Amino acid sequence: MTIKIGIPRALLFYQYFPMWKTFFEKLGLQVVVSGHTTKGILEKGARLCVDEACLPVKVAFGHVAELKEADSIFLPRLVSVSPGEYICPKFLGFPDMVKQCAQDLPPLIMTNFNQYRREGDLYAAFSETGRVLGSNPAKVYFAYREALRAHKRHTSLLQRGYMPEDAVKLAGEPPEKGSLEQEDVRSRPVVAVIGHPYNIYDGFISMNLIKRLEKAGFRVVTQDHLSEETLRHHAGRLPKKLFWTLGRNMTGGALHYLSDPGIKGLVHVASFACGPDSMTGELIERFVRRMGGKPFLNLTLDEHTGEAGVVTRLEAFTDMINLRLASGS
Amino acid sequence: MKVTFPHMGHMWICLQAMLEYLGVEVVVPPPSSKRTLSLGSKHSPEFACMPLKLNLGNFMEAAERGADTIVMAGGCGPCRFGYYAQVEHEILKDLGYNYHLVVMEPPEKHIGELLAKIRYITGKSSWLEVIRGIRFGYRKALAVDELERLAMVRRPREIKMGSTDGALQQALAEVVRATDFRELEKASAGGIEIMREVRTEERPVLRVALVGEIYTLLEPFANQDIERRLGSMGIEVDRSIYLSEWVNDHLFMGFIRGLRSSKEYCRSASPYLNHFVGGHGQETVGSAVFYARSGYNGIIQLLPFTCMPEIVAQSILPGVSNDLDIPIMTLIVDEQSGEAGMTTRLEAFNDLLYRKSSAKEVLA
Repeated sequence: MTIKIGIPRALLFYQYFPMWKTFFEKLGLQVVVSGHTTKGILEKGARLCVDEACLPVKVAFGHVAELKEADSIFLPRLVSVSPGEYICPKFLGFPDMVKQCAQDLPPLIMTNFNQYRREGDLYAAFSETGRVLGSNPAKVYFAYREALRAHKRHTSLLQRGYMPEDAVKLAGEPPEKGSLEQEDVRSRPVVAVIGHPYNIYDGFISMNLIKRLEKAGFRVVTQDHLSEETLRHHAGRLPKKLFWTLGRNMTGGALHYLSDPGIKGLVHVASFACGPDSMTGELIERFVRRMGGKPFLNLTLDEHTGEAGVVTRLEAFTDMINLRLASGS
Repeated sequence: MKVTFPHMGHMWICLQAMLEYLGVEVVVPPPSSKRTLSLGSKHSPEFACMPLKLNLGNFMEAAERGADTIVMAGGCGPCRFGYYAQVEHEILKDLGYNYHLVVMEPPEKHIGELLAKIRYITGKSSWLEVIRGIRFGYRKALAVDELERLAMVRRPREIKMGSTDGALQQALAEVVRATDFRELEKASAGGIEIMREVRTEERPVLRVALVGEIYTLLEPFANQDIERRLGSMGIEVDRSIYLSEWVNDHLFMGFIRGLRSSKEYCRSASPYLNHFVGGHGQETVGSAVFYARSGYNGIIQLLPFTCMPEIVAQSILPGVSNDLDIPIMTLIVDEQSGEAGMTTRLEAFNDLLYRKSSAKEVLA
């Protein structure tokens, strides 16, 4: 029987799943993923984890607990995914938190992914993972090459405008496949949604924010649809280089969309008590106010957020955009 | 140029000494108070951690006294503190304050960036003088820490309530007054003498260690004077971080030997937390292990609400508490913290420790 590796559908899943999946499959292992977030998953996670943790971490705890059936769970310590930058202290401690707080889980694979010094240190992380699994080093190397290719393809799909989950579905298809969308979607007014990937793409956490906006007749873009160069270029306008990769992407994305006349409005999604959001959100809001001219909605989410409240605010926001569009400004 | 800096406990004593030694005009912000906090939290991001709000309040109050330049430390993450100065500066800019910001932090490209900043602040002092100034400030930090340590030992044993606090204020004032190395040496000896004169008696006391985030540990306003409260309950206190040790660890890279070092803590954090998590997260876990092993009766973890590294530590501490059989309480502070809640929790914790230690005596 093939060994089953569990991957939680949480945190950096939306950016790195194709890479991880390809790697394990090329090593001849089976990958299982936890289901979409539900109330039950959140409740399970919230019970396991300290109260003070932020919503995405609680949800991630729930997803990990869903994977009890797997033979082992892939829970890398994501220290840094880009030279000179970190992710967030909670990512650095997440595997230890899980180990301490959740009992009777299958063995955890807790390799360090640390590219703080060099981009190329990624291979070290994969070869370590392969070693833990007892795979042949040559096989690990080829699996790593394939994984990189899968990741490249995933990012290019994102940059062509796909949402991560759609990009994951397309991962096996030939590269030309998938004309993105019909003409009528192309011509819709565009709204930018800025937020941590694990907040905006998780339909439960964000209360289907993206779907709701699309239903209201908008096309949605996020910071992940922009190229690394664009993000870096715009984040460079900050008074100091940001040391959180996700925060830097979000701020860069927000500043880019702010100066793009095609974008009719911005939504910033933060989870309550998120450290980086408290700083980058503040900066983004101040930039929006100084530059002016675009409707801006700041949504803060936690496990108590009522759907009605979000829907009302979203409606007010879309009404504001529609009014502006109608008056031709 | 009138230079100001944020408060963090008695840090102002050493910063003021250093800057004035170099002939820089200094505006020490008024001690952090309710007013500071409400000014700060009014204009800060809602769930920024409390130190940011107090810093901002300090700057606004210092501006009332004529300060026009901020000197502040920075960092390169992943703790939020590394971006404090920039966010605070943006807020101040929007509020119409005209501050010049100088952040002392590891340079992005070249060591020259840092040197240029030091040059900007210190003006025409020679590099030798700058080094002497830094040494002078550091000496003051050592003197202050020594006095604080003495106070923590004598407070639970004092015969007349409050006599230790009176003596500490007097002794600190001596240290503050000193303007050169010779005077400082006399002042710190004098201060220690003042502390020794506090009349105490030998009585059995419980020992509690404070661990956690540096700002909430060092700033009495942020932690509601927890050291004094515990002391007056008859508890001897130690804390995991002292200013002089922190400076030695982080600014002098452990240059001065013989001081307690956070590296020790990081080593004892294994196997609970095997990787640094920014801020003092790993040190918190490690120092909890250290204090449990050195026979303390209980541990209190202090952190500002939403502090990321300490939340990681908080989720790991129950394991330490179980394995080493030591009660650990987590106290989270923010602008909503009330005095009564703090007192009740400290009293309950005190009762718990007292009972546990008397049960041990009965069994022995």
